[in-house]
Amino acid sequence: MIRFEHIVKRFRRQPVLQGIDLEVNRGQRVALVGSNGAGKTTLIRCLLGEYRCEGRVTVDGLDPRAHRQEVLSKVGFVPQLPPPLKMPVGQLVRFAAAVCDSDPREMAKVATRLGLDLEAFRHQPFVKLSGGQKQKLLISIALGRATELLVMDEPAANLDPEARHVFFKLLAEKRETAAMLISSHRLDEVASLVNRVVELDQGRVVLDDQVADLVDLSSRLDCSVGLLQANPAFAKAIAEWDFTSQDAGRTWAGQVAGPDRLRFLGVLSRYAALIAHIRMDEAAAETWAEVSNG
Amino acid sequence: MKHLWLTAYTDIIESLRAKWFFVYSLVFGGLVVLLFAFGVTESRIMGFTGLSRLMVTYIQLAMAILPVFVLITTVRSVAGDREAGVFEYLLSLPVGLGAWYWGKLLGRFLVVFLPVFLALAAAVGWGAAKGAEVPWSLFLYYTGLLMALAWCFLGIGMLLSSLTRSADVAQGAAFVIWLAALLFLDLILLGVMVQQQLPSETAVAIALANPMQVFRTATMMLFDPQLVLLGPTAYVILDHFGQAGYMAFAMLYPTLLGALFAGGGYLWFKRGDLP
Repeated sequence: MIRFEHIVKRFRRQPVLQGIDLEVNRGQRVALVGSNGAGKTTLIRCLLGEYRCEGRVTVDGLDPRAHRQEVLSKVGFVPQLPPPLKMPVGQLVRFAAAVCDSDPREMAKVATRLGLDLEAFRHQPFVKLSGGQKQKLLISIALGRATELLVMDEPAANLDPEARHVFFKLLAEKRETAAMLISSHRLDEVASLVNRVVELDQGRVVLDDQVADLVDLSSRLDCSVGLLQANPAFAKAIAEWDFTSQDAGRTWAGQVAGPDRLRFLGVLSRYAALIAHIRMDEAAAETWAEVSNG
Repeated sequence: MKHLWLTAYTDIIESLRAKWFFVYSLVFGGLVVLLFAFGVTESRIMGFTGLSRLMVTYIQLAMAILPVFVLITTVRSVAGDREAGVFEYLLSLPVGLGAWYWGKLLGRFLVVFLPVFLALAAAVGWGAAKGAEVPWSLFLYYTGLLMALAWCFLGIGMLLSSLTRSADVAQGAAFVIWLAALLFLDLILLGVMVQQQLPSETAVAIALANPMQVFRTATMMLFDPQLVLLGPTAYVILDHFGQAGYMAFAMLYPTLLGALFAGGGYLWFKRGDLP
């Protein structure tokens, strides 16, 4: 679906991409990882036809610059940093839906699933929303229309645990029909979402590997964490995952979205010396369905 | 065309919420309020002359303020939007580059022109309500001149926004252009150039190439048809154009210049990196 052929991009003679060759097919979920300055954002901008570059970029055989509308109508894009738009939320949704020939109600439905009531924020300037609300809205615009390619830059970074779970479910619904390119500077943030990892370093592909695709994007894990002693810092960190304790902070229980397990363990690793036991079990579908519904 | 109107409308909505628009409207609205205090009060005694004088004063002030406001706000907001990532996101949507650029220009034109026009219209409306005779030909001609001037500097602003990658550089360049136009507006400077044995035709050509001077001379022409205020320069202008010819030139030249700059900006925008 996407083909990068010998892509070179320079800024003031400084090469940022140095001959990228890459092919991504439908159904592939690619993590584009690398440190700051590795060339991830530049590569994405070349893909979106926003940057001129040497070499050839095609999406379904079409040049995204020469065939902007045909190509971009298939692409849903979520940037890492939300743009500081002053226009009201309602106007942004109407504009996006109109230029994409989509139904704004579909975008509103996705927003509702993510826990954002568009009707309530219709007149509020986009720039005044919280970081999480902005992210939810941009995801709603990208997923609330017929897309065949999702390009996302750290899309779940600002989402709360429940919204992350819904977001993973939304991605699961698109997994068969769309290709996904998810950019992050940390692999553990996106590892469970993808089935292929491409690492960039100084504008070159230094790793291109398949990863085990066993995690159900819409699954949840029942988790419990026992501590040697209660700890306020741990309590604060685990509360962000909606975990609760029945014994004054010694044992904590809650649910973690399947693709979030590595990220969750990453948080726990900071408190390794405190932890007495950890238990994680795949939750039965009906259990988390009840949680989602209720 | 649908995308062009959508972009124009979105830009208008975006601008209406910006602080610069508030200040911009306040300046022109405030000007009219101030002029009411003097001009319209005077018009009760002097009738037609009072309202005409108000309009002439307003148009002279607009000539000084409008170009710099249009230039600075355009480059700050357009180049600033690019720097802040607005282009990166909105241009990831399937909107055509032509529709985006010209839609933005159209929306921006309405936003910069309307407060100036509405202030002038309010002055005329208020004067009429107070019983002063409205000089409609003057009003329509000044409106046309204001449109041409706003369009011209908007075109320059869009070109600068396309050429520069940073809002600060764009703002600096805009200020220098405005200063240059202001400098060559000065008849003393032109006088010095003539004194330094520069052919008078060249000095007049420089003045006529400056859209601000063209605007200024045209505004003078309605209350001073022989351009006595300009001195001998008037002979060159009137011999070459005639009064009606110069009035037409004063409308067409800035409009074409603005379109030329905006077109250049579009070509640059289209062939370069977008965000």
